Amino acid sequence: MKIIVLLKRVPDTEAKILINQEGTGIREDGVKFVINPHDEYGIEEGLKLREKLADGSKVTVVCAGPEEATEAIRTALAMGADDAVHVCDPKLADPNPFTVSEVLAKAIQAEGFDVIFCGKQAIDDDLAQVQSILAEKLDIPQVNNATAFEMAADCRSAKLSRRIEGGDEKIETSMPAIISCDKGLNEPRYASLPGIMKAKKKEIRKKSLADLGIAEVPGTGRSRVLKWLPLPKGGECRIVAAEETVDAVRELARLLREEAKVI
Amino acid sequence: MLFQFSEEERLIQKTVRDFARRELAAVADISNRDGVFRDDIIKGLSALGLMGITIPEEYGGVNFGTFSLAVALEEISRICPSTAVAVSVHNSLANHIVLKYGSEELKAKYLPRMASGEAIGVYALTEPDAGSDVSAIRMSAVRKGHEYVLNGAKIFISTGDKAGVVIVIARTDPGSRTRGLTAFLVEPGFPGFSVGKVEHKMGLKASTTVELVFEDCRVPSANVLGEEGMGMQIALGSLDGGRIGIASQALGIAQTALDEAVLFGRERTQFGKRLVDFQMTQAKIADMATNVDAARLLVYRAARMRDAGENCSKEASMAKLFASRIANAAVYDSMQIHGGVGYTEEFRIERFFRDARVTEIYEGTSEIQRIVIARKVLEEYEQMYPV
Amino acid sequence: MGNDVLVFGEIRGGELKKVVRELISAAATATGGTGGATDAVLIGAGAASLAGKIKGFGLRKIFTVEDELLANYSTEGYAAVLASLIAENKYRYVFMGATAMGRDLGPRVAARVDGVMFSDCVEVRMEGGSLVVRRPVYSGKLFVELSPEGDRTVFVSVRPNNIAPAAESGGSTEISPRPSGVTRDMIRAMATEIVPLAGGRPDVTEADVIVSGGRAMKEGANFRMLEELADLFGGAVGASRAAVDAGFAAQPIQVGQTGKVVNPKLYIACGISGAIQHLAGMRTSKVIVAINKDPNAPIFEKAHYGIVGDLFEVVPLLTKEIKTMMQ
Repeated sequence: MKIIVLLKRVPDTEAKILINQEGTGIREDGVKFVINPHDEYGIEEGLKLREKLADGSKVTVVCAGPEEATEAIRTALAMGADDAVHVCDPKLADPNPFTVSEVLAKAIQAEGFDVIFCGKQAIDDDLAQVQSILAEKLDIPQVNNATAFEMAADCRSAKLSRRIEGGDEKIETSMPAIISCDKGLNEPRYASLPGIMKAKKKEIRKKSLADLGIAEVPGTGRSRVLKWLPLPKGGECRIVAAEETVDAVRELARLLREEAKVI
Repeated sequence: MLFQFSEEERLIQKTVRDFARRELAAVADISNRDGVFRDDIIKGLSALGLMGITIPEEYGGVNFGTFSLAVALEEISRICPSTAVAVSVHNSLANHIVLKYGSEELKAKYLPRMASGEAIGVYALTEPDAGSDVSAIRMSAVRKGHEYVLNGAKIFISTGDKAGVVIVIARTDPGSRTRGLTAFLVEPGFPGFSVGKVEHKMGLKASTTVELVFEDCRVPSANVLGEEGMGMQIALGSLDGGRIGIASQALGIAQTALDEAVLFGRERTQFGKRLVDFQMTQAKIADMATNVDAARLLVYRAARMRDAGENCSKEASMAKLFASRIANAAVYDSMQIHGGVGYTEEFRIERFFRDARVTEIYEGTSEIQRIVIARKVLEEYEQMYPV
Repeated sequence: MGNDVLVFGEIRGGELKKVVRELISAAATATGGTGGATDAVLIGAGAASLAGKIKGFGLRKIFTVEDELLANYSTEGYAAVLASLIAENKYRYVFMGATAMGRDLGPRVAARVDGVMFSDCVEVRMEGGSLVVRRPVYSGKLFVELSPEGDRTVFVSVRPNNIAPAAESGGSTEISPRPSGVTRDMIRAMATEIVPLAGGRPDVTEADVIVSGGRAMKEGANFRMLEELADLFGGAVGASRAAVDAGFAAQPIQVGQTGKVVNPKLYIACGISGAIQHLAGMRTSKVIVAINKDPNAPIFEKAHYGIVGDLFEVVPLLTKEIKTMMQ
C-alpha cells in the first residue's frame, strides 16, 4: 500500500504566542516550531499500518510548508516514515485551506495513494478544514477525529471510531479514504537515534508549484483578516456572593456559561 | 562549528528531551524518593538507541559522538541526575573502553548487547585506598593458565548491581605501580563475583551504588582489555569522556536549578511583589544564567574537541570543574529563592540540591581537576616562555 | 448571489441540537437590513417532527429530508443534500454548529460548492454590509477577526454557547419535505452506531474539565460528589497532595508539582487552599473556580471565579444547576 501521512509545522504547544508589531500575524522570533501534535497520531497510525501489513507498503510524508519545515519532516522520517514530499514555494506564504488542499491534492495524486492519515486539526489556525476539502478534491471518503482504526483484511474498507459529543461514533468506510486522527488513537513513538541516523539518508523530494503543474496559486481571495486580538486580560478573582447559597451558585453557573463560556 | 547543532544533533536533543519530560518526569520524583532504580526507564532509553550512542553501526550502535552524548545527558539530568549517571558511565566509560581496547572477539561478543542496553556497563576502579590515586589499586589478578583469578573488592560502583558488563582494573604486577595494572571485562555471572554492601547516599537515590566483591573470581584471559599492564593507561585514557559526561550531568542540574528558581520566583509573592521583581533575586538569577551558559560552552567545547580526536584533557577537566561548581552554587541559590518550601521534599530543588554535591567529588574531585588543569597550563607556559 | 441564509438543523440522538437556535440568531444578524431570508434544513430520522421546534423563529422555510440512507450520519450523504439546496437557492451564508458533525460536514460542502469556511466562530456580526466573524486561533491564545471575500457561499461553524439563542418570534414558516436525492453509492463512509460514553473518566491530563478536591473533602467517599459534577462534562476528578496523603484519593489523580500538571478549560477546586505546589500544577487552566470556606485561601488569588462557602453545600447545588442548564 501507499500510505500518505500529512504533516504541518506549527508553533510548539507551550510557545507563548504574541501578535507582531504590524498586527498582521504572530511574532515568530523566538518561537519554537514542531510537528503539529495531532499529525503525530497520523504518522504513528501510518507506521503501525505499514508494520501490520508487512508487505513492503511505504509511508510517505507530504508537507506543504516553508523551508524550515524540513526539520519537522526529518523528524517524521526519523520516526520511521520512508520518504517525503515537501512542497515548498515562496508563493505559498500564509496559504488558506483551499490553497493547501489543492496543492496537497496535486502532490498526492502524483505520488499515488491508498490511504491518507493526518491530524484532526493544526494547532495554529485550528481550522480543521484541509482534510475534508482534500477528500472532496480527491473524491474519496473522509473520517474525522478518529480514535480507533482497523483496516479490513482485504484493505478495501476500514472500521473506525470517532469522538463526538457524549459518545463514540462507529464508522465504516471504503478505501481509499482520508483519516484525521485524534488523541487516543495511538501513542506516537519517539524518533529513535537509529531512526535519526537512517533519516539522514532518506529522500525528501522538494517540489515547487511549477513542479506540480500549478501556474497560479489556487484558492485565493476567499477571506481577509481584519485584525488579530489578544486574549482579554484575566482580571481578579470574582467572588460570587448572595444571601442564599443557591443564588450564588446559580450566578456562578450563569457566569461560567455566558462570560467564561465553559459550559 | 563548535556550538552549532547539526540537524541530527537537534533531533537527538528533541527526542531525549521529549522522552525525559514525558516518561522520566513521570517517575523521577517517586523513584528518587523511594530509592528505586527503574529498569523500565533504561529500557526506554535503550529503545531510543541511547545506550549505544557512540558505538559504531557494525556493533549495533548509532555512531554519534561525545557531543551528542553530552547533549543527551544534559536533557536526562535536567529531569533525573540519577538516571544520567547510569547512562554516562555505561556510554563514556564501559562502552568506550570495550570499543577502544577490546579485542575483535570481545567487541563482537559484548558491544551489541551493550549498545542495545541489554547489558548495562559499569566501571569498577575505586577501592577503599585507591580513588584519585589509581596507582594505589590493590585488588589482585593472578594468571592461572587461560584464566586470571581476581581477589578483592571495589567500592562505590554506580549501577554495579544492575551490571551486564563490569570493567575492572586490578593489579597483575605488585612490583610496578604504573605498569602493574590490567583492565578486565567481567560478567556478573563469572564464578566468584558478587555484589556486596549497598551504599545509602545523600543523593542520586534512584541510582544504586554498591560494593563489588571478587572472591577467586575467574576471568578468561581473552577478557583482558588491551594487554596485561595497560590498566593504568586505560583508566587514564577514559577520564576525558567520563568527565565530559559528569560535566553534562552537572550542567543539567544547574539548568534545572535555574528553571525552578525562575518559575517559583514568578509565582511567589512577598511584600506585595513577586520574588523575581526583587533585585537580590535578580542578581542570583543573572549569576545562575551566566554560569549555566558558560558551563555549557565549556562542555560543548570539550565534547567537540574529543569528537575531533584532539587532546582535550584540560578542556574536559575545566568543563567538569566549572560545571560541578556552578551546579552546586545554582542549587544553593535556587533553594534560597524557594525559601522554606525549597527545603521540603515537595519541591524538586531539594532533590537536585542533594544530587549536585557528588558532581564535585566523583569522576575526579575538583582538586584533581585543578591539578590536571594547572599542570597543563604550566606546560603550555613552559612551551611559550621557556624558563 | 443574494443574502439568504441556510441554517443546518443538526439532529443528534433524536433531538435537535441546542446550538440550532443560536445559529438562527446568528442568521438573523447576517440578514439584518439586507432583506435576506433564513431557511433551515433538518436531515435524518425525525426531521419532520423536529421542524416544529423551530417553526415560528423567523424562518422562511424549513426543509426536512428523511431517508433511510440518512438515518445515520454520513459526510457524503448529508453533503449531497446541503450542496443541492445551496445550488438551488444560492445561499450567501450557511450556518452550522461547531460540533463533531458541523466541523466534519462544513468544509466538505464548502469545497463542493467552491465556497469559503470559517470554523469555530465565537462571534458573528455585520459591519458595513459585510459579515465579520471572530474565532480563536493558536489553541485559544489569540483571536482573529475575518471577513469573506468574493461572490461565494460562506460557511460559518459557530461554537455552542456563544450566541444568545433566538426566541420564538411568530411569523409563518413553511415546512417543506424534500426528497434526499441520495443514492447508496454516494455514501462510502457511514456511521453505524453511537456508543455512549461509559463511566470511565478521562485522565486528568487529558480532561477538558477537572473537579478537584482537597483535604476539606474529609473522606474518600465524599469524592463521589465531585465525580457527579465532573461527569456532567465528561471530565476528570483531581486531588491535591493533601487529599492524596490523607488517603482520600489515589496518587494518579494528584494535581500539582509532584503530581500531574494539567491544563483544562475549566478547573474547579473544591476545598483546596491553594498551596503553591498545587498552583504550579494547574495555574495554566483557562478558567479556575474556587470553592472554599476560607476567604483568605491563596487559591482565590489564582481563581477567576470563587464562592466562599461550604463545599458540601455548594458542590451539590452547582451540580444540580449545571445539569439543568445543560438540558
